[in-house]
Amino acid sequence: MLRLPSFDYLQPKSLRQALLMKQEAGPEAMYVAGGTDLYPNMKRRHQEPKTLIALSGIKALNRITGGARGARLSVGAGVTLTQLHAHTRVRKNYPALAHAAELVSTPLLRNMGTFGGNLCLDTRCNYYNQTYEWRKSIDFCMKKDGAICWVAPSSPRCWAVSSSDTAPLTVAMGASFALVGLDGERVVPAAEFYVDDGIQYLAKQPDEILTEVRLPALNNWDATYWKLRRRGSFDFPVLGVATWIRWEDSYVADAQIVLGGVASHPRAVPEAAQAIVGSELGDDVIEAAAEAAFRPAKPMDNTDFGLAWRKEMVRNYVKGTLEELRTRH
Amino acid sequence: MASRRPDAPSKHQIQLVVNGEPTEVLFAPHKTLLEVLREDLGLTGTKHGCELGECGTCAVLLDGTPVLSCLVLARACDGAIVDTVESMADGPALHPLQEAFADLGAAQCGYCTPGFLVTAKALLETNPSPSRDDIKDALAGNLCRCTGYLKIYEAVELAAAKMRGEQVEPSDESIYGRQ
Amino acid sequence: MADSKTLEQATPAVAVPREAPAEQALRIIGTPQRKVDAAAKVTGQTAFADDIELPRMLYAKLLRSTAPHARIRHIDTSKAVTLEGVKAVITGKDVPIPFGILPVSQDEHTLCPDTVRFVGDPVAAVAATSEEIATAALDLIDVEYEPLETIATPEQAVRTSEPRIHDYGPTGNIHKLIDLEFGDIEEGFADADHVREDYFFYGGNTHLAIEQHAAVASWSPADKLTLWSSTQTPHYVHRAAAKVLELPASRVRVIACPNGGGFGGKSDPFNHEIAVAKLSMITGRPVKITLTREEVFYCHRGRHPTLMWVKSGVTKDGRITGMHFKTLLDGGAYGSYGVASAYYTGALQTVTYHVDRYKFQGARAFTNKPPCGPKRGHGTPQPRFGLEIHIDKLAEDLGKDPADMRLEHLVPPDSVTANYLKIGSMGLGTCIRKVVDGAAWRDKFRKLPYGRGVGLACSSYISGAGLPIYWNNMPHSGVQLKLDRGGGVTVFCGSTDIGQGSDSVLAYIVAEVLGVEVADIQVVTADTDLTPVDLGSYSSRVTLMSGNAALQAAERAREIVAGHAARKLDVPVDRVSFAENRVFDVEHPDTGLTFAEAVQVAEAADGTIGTIGSYTPPRSPGRYRGAGVGPSPAYSYSAAIAEVEVDPSSGIVVVPRIWIAHDVGQSINPVTVMGQVEGSIYMGLGEALMEEMVYRANRNLVHRIPSMLDYKSPTTLEMCDVVTYLIEDPDPNGPYGAKEVGQGPLLPVPPAIANAIYDAVGVRVDEVPMTPEKVLKAIKAKAEGKEGRYGPTSFPDVAWPEPIRVPTPWEGGDGKAAAAEGQGGSAADGPSPASEERQH
Repeated sequence: MLRLPSFDYLQPKSLRQALLMKQEAGPEAMYVAGGTDLYPNMKRRHQEPKTLIALSGIKALNRITGGARGARLSVGAGVTLTQLHAHTRVRKNYPALAHAAELVSTPLLRNMGTFGGNLCLDTRCNYYNQTYEWRKSIDFCMKKDGAICWVAPSSPRCWAVSSSDTAPLTVAMGASFALVGLDGERVVPAAEFYVDDGIQYLAKQPDEILTEVRLPALNNWDATYWKLRRRGSFDFPVLGVATWIRWEDSYVADAQIVLGGVASHPRAVPEAAQAIVGSELGDDVIEAAAEAAFRPAKPMDNTDFGLAWRKEMVRNYVKGTLEELRTRH
Repeated sequence: MASRRPDAPSKHQIQLVVNGEPTEVLFAPHKTLLEVLREDLGLTGTKHGCELGECGTCAVLLDGTPVLSCLVLARACDGAIVDTVESMADGPALHPLQEAFADLGAAQCGYCTPGFLVTAKALLETNPSPSRDDIKDALAGNLCRCTGYLKIYEAVELAAAKMRGEQVEPSDESIYGRQ
Repeated sequence: MADSKTLEQATPAVAVPREAPAEQALRIIGTPQRKVDAAAKVTGQTAFADDIELPRMLYAKLLRSTAPHARIRHIDTSKAVTLEGVKAVITGKDVPIPFGILPVSQDEHTLCPDTVRFVGDPVAAVAATSEEIATAALDLIDVEYEPLETIATPEQAVRTSEPRIHDYGPTGNIHKLIDLEFGDIEEGFADADHVREDYFFYGGNTHLAIEQHAAVASWSPADKLTLWSSTQTPHYVHRAAAKVLELPASRVRVIACPNGGGFGGKSDPFNHEIAVAKLSMITGRPVKITLTREEVFYCHRGRHPTLMWVKSGVTKDGRITGMHFKTLLDGGAYGSYGVASAYYTGALQTVTYHVDRYKFQGARAFTNKPPCGPKRGHGTPQPRFGLEIHIDKLAEDLGKDPADMRLEHLVPPDSVTANYLKIGSMGLGTCIRKVVDGAAWRDKFRKLPYGRGVGLACSSYISGAGLPIYWNNMPHSGVQLKLDRGGGVTVFCGSTDIGQGSDSVLAYIVAEVLGVEVADIQVVTADTDLTPVDLGSYSSRVTLMSGNAALQAAERAREIVAGHAARKLDVPVDRVSFAENRVFDVEHPDTGLTFAEAVQVAEAADGTIGTIGSYTPPRSPGRYRGAGVGPSPAYSYSAAIAEVEVDPSSGIVVVPRIWIAHDVGQSINPVTVMGQVEGSIYMGLGEALMEEMVYRANRNLVHRIPSMLDYKSPTTLEMCDVVTYLIEDPDPNGPYGAKEVGQGPLLPVPPAIANAIYDAVGVRVDEVPMTPEKVLKAIKAKAEGKEGRYGPTSFPDVAWPEPIRVPTPWEGGDGKAAAAEGQGGSAADGPSPASEERQH
């Protein structure tokens, strides 16, 4: 049986207590929420914290507030993915978010995994998400215990893939994240929360806690998320497309198209969004946007499926999201 | 180089309610709920297929919700209510799901069966009349290699009908195939 | 040495039951029953190997090679042995004797003594007081490797003579070469109106039983070893353990625990089983090992990746005048069942549609990957995939409906094929007609809109192999019955329940014969100390063989009890009937005894009542070298129609429904038969669309995806609807007419889907798995005016041996090779793949 290594386990009841514990325990401590990403990684020796600080006992992280017409929606980072997609107001007014949450992994895992955890999901790579013994056979990799990124051995950086389903959508929707440290709270736009690097993939400081996700109030915008994967369950996205449009009458006033699963961060493709702004989203415009998104997408050979096909599917999926939004408008 | 540490010396104790019994258990502090159930409480009805949350075999009910016991830290379960497959029968009487799984051959090798049973039980508690698609969705986190799932769906549907008080029998097509 | 006389003598001793007891309808056989272990399985009480916990137990871990092909220069275990809690560390020198499932391939070691052959090959084993400590100890073992050239593919193996992965086999890195010709194949092509050639590739995939392999060994100071294991073949593990541990087999007890799924993946003796036994002998304590999921991928023994070429000649009406089939199998690093697997890729092409002349050339190569072996369908899904697509293409060439072309050229029942396989009952025609009607084939084929299609494919599979894995002339299955004076009956049989319900089959048959309830039967199985040998749960042999053995034992018991009851009741013995736990006069049913009273009467007269039964398959007509693979007491038949939806913009294939008809001979329990059919469809669907073992040739040939997440097993959301028709055409060799069902229904699924994809979008995907990438490439090629096809286009040059030429039955052949050949012609060579190469 694969087992966890030994570690100290702390169960704070408040944010402040958690932050103090982290300060006390130092860099070898990590926060854990649902544990569905961290514990498998610890079993494979990807992360080897000496101390875990559990966030599950902090009630303040488990609230969903707002989200009625005209009010922004605030979702605590500790809300489970099941709670998120089952929440009546989220389903009604933010169906794309409910849908993206429901597409994560399996029902069993969603009962445990949190929204915040999915947003902070460790980047993935099939040279990295392997046991210690396996990784030893390839002399490890840059992301853990080794020096080289086997995806691109001459590259100075790690190419592990952002594999969150909810992250591209929060970026596309212009969500902002509340990060709390001992110095207080700072709020960062979702797009700035992510960094295009497989190792340093979050702009969050290690001591900070992601506490809340704030989504803009309903205001003539619509969004959707399409996920590509081998199976209808379990699998991480090999491509995710989150598309957000603000309509003015029959015209696209503003838009965001963000790709998941093709880079180390949710990859916004403003050139694709620009292609549709000001249009009535005709077929030719949709084709142009799909082509514009296709060109910069650079999937690497470190997930399921071949990279050429994944890249090709960017066209289909961008097109699919835009057609869905057009149909619904 | 990763370092590995054997058993930490001091054990950890929690209290929880397992299958209706208030229970105190002492265990190595890094253990998951799966390991504590199987190794420290002798409840080997809960199985495991990957220990990474990738197969659903180890599912148990934690405060009524089906979870992956391989990814639940046992220390986090102090005060929790845990129900495993061993809790499903009512004394000598099998749960309707167990009856239906037995009657329809929904348990072939039986190894994934406990995980399917507890997950299906949670489904029927929230949705007594699930459609076939509801069942597929609810069980989409449990892998089975023997049955092709079809007998499992039929068993859940049969049990649900019986639990609703309906007089139902398995269909001839399910038992003998189409004529 | 193989002796045909012994075989002939053995055969008549076996009473093959021809029909059910005549005087009454069947009460249990053919009716739905709970399995005898159903209650234990749904309550979590079934004890699998990892559920065993013994006092003072130690926990073992294996250190596995991090190099794909290397000499071991040095192993230093000195630091590991000093870690607190570590009780023993062993390496290859502690267990030097090799083993392997086939006598001709004794090429595995418990722990590699000098050479590692794939990433994952074990080199050391540790026993410690906890699994955590054992794992920590592995890090303290230093191994120095001297790398050797890595052989990644069979094509590379064919052209690389040095270094050799093994020092046996015909040449270089070729493990096995086969060349058989039945009739003059060139004449066959000359007789044809039309000839076509096709290439196919079937990717490797694995069993992925949800239970990870586990084993517990306990050495007793009384010099006896007990080994519990999740194995499908306790008898073979028994032999291997005794050999490697240098113990008399009488001191080794192997108990197969209920298997949490097998599918062929637990059919070999494994190094972890021997390792815990050795560790228990050294420490004097019980030792358990439970493999991680990744380690299960290293045990593998799954589907051989197989490259195929087939050339057939047909007459205008679709009769096959000649067929030449070539296969190249990627065997991985060890022999395993590979010699048999290679033969199986050529054995069963002839048992569905008549083939006038047939030539088969097969090669198995060694590569530095986990060994391949038997997975559900063992060696036959690959050629069946090729053959059924090839037939679909031939039918189109001839302008015939593929269902009709098949129906018009079926192998007749009670016939002998070109390669001397004896066909008994043959329900394929009924199967085809059932699915053609059920799926409304004639309204759909070539008539559905673009993107939707239907495809038909058929198959056949053996109900047990005609010969054992090692040469012997003893029965393949044995049963002992003990009748208790309380009315209970205990069945002892070496067969192993892997979820297919074999324990239950024993109980149903005995209960049927003795007129008692299934609940009155106790079943004791898979324990080499307690039960007579059954060869194991492989080759779909258990229902037929242990079923026949149980039937014989039960009929003998019935005869004994009936005789005494007749005297007691003062009625003629032919009027004594057994039903409802009573033994009574059929003409005056009130005159009778309870079954328990009848047993007491018999016991009072004769002493303890026990009987035995055994089964040996009938002799096959083939007498040429290699004739041992393919013969079976009975062949099952299946026909399937798949309906698909193909998205031409992505290549994504969805299978909403499969219709399948399976000729099972007779259902012993229809519920479990249905379960085997549906489970086979499921596994075939996964193989067809998504499952594949893949390795990183650029990085030490590591397994790319050794996990449940990344190896893609279909979930509830991928499984299709299945419409099943059970065809019951009883076979005289099966118990109550039963034939196999556990493997055959998998076989038509991948080719039916491939043929349906062609019907939907007009492209051929001649390769499994049929991933969206491949489908899309074929669609694009077609759009660009090229051939709308994805698949292999060549077959490497293999130095085939001189063929063994065997005249066909209709050429007056007698099953022997043509006399001119010299080698392999005489019966004394024996037809078994095991016996033919005993010199190795």
